[in-house]
Amino acid sequence: MSKLFNSMIGWIDERFPLTSNWRAHLSEYYAPKNFNFWYYFGSLALLVLINQLITGIFLTMNYKPDASLAFASVEYIMRDVNYGWLIRYMHSTGASMFFVVVYLHMFRGMMYGSYRKPRELLWLIGMAIFFVLMSLAFTGYILPWGQMSYWGAQVIVSMFGAIPVIGDTLSQWLLGDFTLSDAALNRFFAYHVVTLPILLVVLVLVHILALHETGSNNPDGIEIKANKNPQTGIPVDGIPFHPYYSVKDIVGIVVFLLVFGGIIFFAPEMGGYFLEYNNFIPANTLQTPDHIAPVWYFTPYYSMLRAVTVNFLWIDAKLWGVILMAASVVIFCFLPWLDRSPVKSIRYKGPYFKTALTLFVISFFVLGWLGTKSPTPLYTLLAQIFTVIYFAFFILMPWYSKIDKTKPEPKRVTK
Amino acid sequence: MAPVSLLAAELGIALDKAPVDITDNASLQRGAETFVNYCLTCHGASFMRYNRHRDIGLSNEQILDKLIYTGQKVGDLMQSAMRKKEGEEWFGVVPPDLSVIARSRGADWLYTYLRTFYRDDATATGWNNLIFDRVAMPHVLYQLQGEQELVVKTSDKGEQKSLSLQKPGNLTVAEYDKFVGDLVNYLVYLGEPHANTRKELGFMVMIFLLGMLVLSYALKKEYWKDIH
Repeated sequence: MSKLFNSMIGWIDERFPLTSNWRAHLSEYYAPKNFNFWYYFGSLALLVLINQLITGIFLTMNYKPDASLAFASVEYIMRDVNYGWLIRYMHSTGASMFFVVVYLHMFRGMMYGSYRKPRELLWLIGMAIFFVLMSLAFTGYILPWGQMSYWGAQVIVSMFGAIPVIGDTLSQWLLGDFTLSDAALNRFFAYHVVTLPILLVVLVLVHILALHETGSNNPDGIEIKANKNPQTGIPVDGIPFHPYYSVKDIVGIVVFLLVFGGIIFFAPEMGGYFLEYNNFIPANTLQTPDHIAPVWYFTPYYSMLRAVTVNFLWIDAKLWGVILMAASVVIFCFLPWLDRSPVKSIRYKGPYFKTALTLFVISFFVLGWLGTKSPTPLYTLLAQIFTVIYFAFFILMPWYSKIDKTKPEPKRVTK
Repeated sequence: MAPVSLLAAELGIALDKAPVDITDNASLQRGAETFVNYCLTCHGASFMRYNRHRDIGLSNEQILDKLIYTGQKVGDLMQSAMRKKEGEEWFGVVPPDLSVIARSRGADWLYTYLRTFYRDDATATGWNNLIFDRVAMPHVLYQLQGEQELVVKTSDKGEQKSLSLQKPGNLTVAEYDKFVGDLVNYLVYLGEPHANTRKELGFMVMIFLLGMLVLSYALKKEYWKDIH
């Protein structure tokens, strides 16, 4: 039997680099042996991506991208399609969980300096994935054509309108109409199910290729490739990804599925955070809801959009909000060059960096919370303060990371 | 993050807790009958099929007998008997479809709303509502509840609004609360008819995953025992 198997593999290997790729990316890809809790989220993001692709395909079989049919077709899926409710909840919960795991994955990178040399390009590819993911979330949220789908999209579209000179033309070009309508729903559907998923899958493959070129970082932030066994050429602190991390990631996947399933089966609306209550009202172009809030994963940026209330430097407040919001996401791309610390990992960084990162996390959460609320003078003031803290984390990094008191890095990875 | 109850809180009116139990088939069946008798004339539940009510313990014959008065087939959608244009002419707005109303409004809001209509000469219908000011819908259930009047007390805390029953209806207050409770319970079921199945399946999935957790952890331990 194994003889037959080997000859089959041999037949393939003469025609396709199967064994060599298996080795390069799995059985002989050496990952640091000291991965901790924070290193599950990359493989989990891949799992959620596959979940979104598969459930998404089944949803398109019954969804109708038509302004007069979309809302009803979603309810048709929920009621008349066999296990349609499960497929739909897996997809809607998957959207939120995608952001949960990606945010944790990014935070891991920030803690352990995974964006530092030689992984700058890996980080930038990751940021491109994040932009595509945000676009996917936005275009997907429009599809049920509920009140929040419609008015949330209206807010985003009006942001493009705020861009000087080309704004109006740009938003008309994006929408295919003067207002948000059936034409826009159709093209957003096309972006959501064709353009963006293809882009995302390609970028994820590129991300993994780049990772396997440089090798994985680890909680100590030291390069395991700097210390290889002279005989074998294998990093002393490296272990093959397969079987060690493949079996370890299965444990992570099961724990994740317990959380994921807990939400899908017992709290699919997640208290209005994953599925907003107002999105169970069909889109009504004549009735603006009292309170428009984006889904939770966009609320920090939404807070920053609303934080600017004064016009200055000949630019009006609305455009400043748009600029600030765009900057709040794009600024992550500069991290590899903002960090001037001699060490990568938070384990060996000093009190300045630890304080800065803590403040950044707090500001991210507070801004996120504020984004779910209707603005009041107090909330707006809080949003302004925390927007400043958010940006200070990045802008002051070249300074505080350089003067910070660091500890020496170990030669070998630690537990 | 419950925008609706927040709104009610701003008006200074606390929502009453609705007695929701979607495993109580008797309550759901009473609610379904109330719904087709009182609501379905103007509102649709057009994402719901009649024969779905087998979920709540009714047979196709019972569904035809108790729930269908319009000559529709048992597999048909629960469309409103009223045309949209008529609704707009009569009430100023098209009465909203109620299929997922419990998911947007919440059970407590519906339970409070259906019990807080009061007489108001200033409105077109002669009715107003404590938590939905100048609502277009008249009080369809007034023969059962009776007629309430608005009582406004002004104190140093501000205005306190409450209702008092002026003309009793065919039901006592307790009976009417139960009647509305069954109806709201049904609306919750109507919003997500698969909810019971969802939870049942969920328990099985969780048990399976817990078993998987033990196995996968043992597998990981076995593979990792020589890594130090």
